Amino acid sequence: MFRDVWLIAGKDLRIELRSRVGLNQIVPFAVTVLVLFAFALDTDQEALRTYAPGLFWVTVLLASLLAIGRSFAVDLADGAADRLLLSGIDPIAVFGGKAAAIAIQLVVLEVLLGAGVVLLFDVTVHRYGLLVCAGLAAAAGVATAGTLYGALVAGLGVRETLLPVLLLPVVAPVLIGATRAFQDAFGVAGAEGWAWLGLLAGFAAIYGVFGALSYGALLEEA
Amino acid sequence: MEEHPCSLNGVVESAVRLRAAVTLLGRFPALAGVDLDISPGEIVLLKGPNGAGKTTLLRLCAGLCSLASGQGWVLGHDLTEERRMVRRRVALLGHRTGLYDDLTVAENVAFWAQAAGASRQDVDEAMERLSLTGRLADTRVGRLSAGQRRRASIASLVVRRPELWLLDEPHAGLDQQSRDTVDSLVRGAAAAGATVVLATHELERIAVLEPRVVSVVGGMVRTGDGPADSQSPNAPPDAEDDRRVS
Repeated sequence: MFRDVWLIAGKDLRIELRSRVGLNQIVPFAVTVLVLFAFALDTDQEALRTYAPGLFWVTVLLASLLAIGRSFAVDLADGAADRLLLSGIDPIAVFGGKAAAIAIQLVVLEVLLGAGVVLLFDVTVHRYGLLVCAGLAAAAGVATAGTLYGALVAGLGVRETLLPVLLLPVVAPVLIGATRAFQDAFGVAGAEGWAWLGLLAGFAAIYGVFGALSYGALLEEA
Repeated sequence: MEEHPCSLNGVVESAVRLRAAVTLLGRFPALAGVDLDISPGEIVLLKGPNGAGKTTLLRLCAGLCSLASGQGWVLGHDLTEERRMVRRRVALLGHRTGLYDDLTVAENVAFWAQAAGASRQDVDEAMERLSLTGRLADTRVGRLSAGQRRRASIASLVVRRPELWLLDEPHAGLDQQSRDTVDSLVRGAAAAGATVVLATHELERIAVLEPRVVSVVGGMVRTGDGPADSQSPNAPPDAEDDRRVS
């Protein structure tokens, strides 16, 4: 099982590294959104610092839509989705592999955007452990939910527009929890960061289990 | 104990057995009550006009379409209950290659080989057999010609050592060398004891393999003369459903 998870994740990551879509399109898009937020609020440096966690996570969620859409687009482009069904790989492994690849891309994106936030918004990190744990848990939550909903809309002609409509409300708890945890980590609000981290971990666990169990049925319908 | 519908004395006697099989595309029946038996090791040519249901029939046999009604077994596995078992044992060469443009030929073949549990040696043999060695092996699939992509796709299927080959227009868009490769694949699969079901308009090329011809018209497997039969330059005037191309 883990061999197949890594096989799928390795394939997806290799494709992204090779195509450079992430580097040339997703990262620039995310940085642009972040800079636009800075332009919109730059008259008030204090407001920038206060809202930095929320702006950071809104940017990550928007960029994640591109990464999730791309993950399924490469399988649909020339019939590889059918070939995956015929390969005999357990759908749970396909789910795990695709979610892992998306999560790794999101973590890389978070690191780059985190550096951008520190530079542009002039924030200081007070709790590195909380920051790292919240970043990882939120990435896992978005990746598992995104993989599930990505498969749900994969077979539809309107998947590019339908995915945000379906996914963004679902990952609202991740946005709230990660924002609160980052507020605590940045020291800009008195949020209970570790408690919010529990919400993020619970979300990732629930969608991880639910996605793994339902992914086979979703692939059949895609 | 009740005998398996595809077995006689414990031996699987049908590679494919369909009974009143109906498959829907949306609300419309793409297959409208198909009865078909294909024996292990047989080469079967599906013949019929475009839109007749040949591709849907091949996808049904691969376990990629579901039965709306009727019954079906492929390699002894029930098409309703055991589709995952069916899929592991068949290879479907469809209109699309099933390859990733941003991976090289070698990476694509190795990926599908690993997915099927095949060895590195299987990969090397398949690449050699399909003339995908040297610089070509390290070329990204997105930069290949249609014929080269088709060969790479076939190599990624060969590594699986399938027991049932399902080939949908395997010669379409290929140059002479690649067409010869497809013919060689069919001959090799048949020689290895695999069952081959193919849909093609290249009847002359396949005739030398002496396939059994099955006409598909309007989602039905036809017996006797009909529109599909009249399209075949090789079909004898008194052709029936099951016959040899001569």
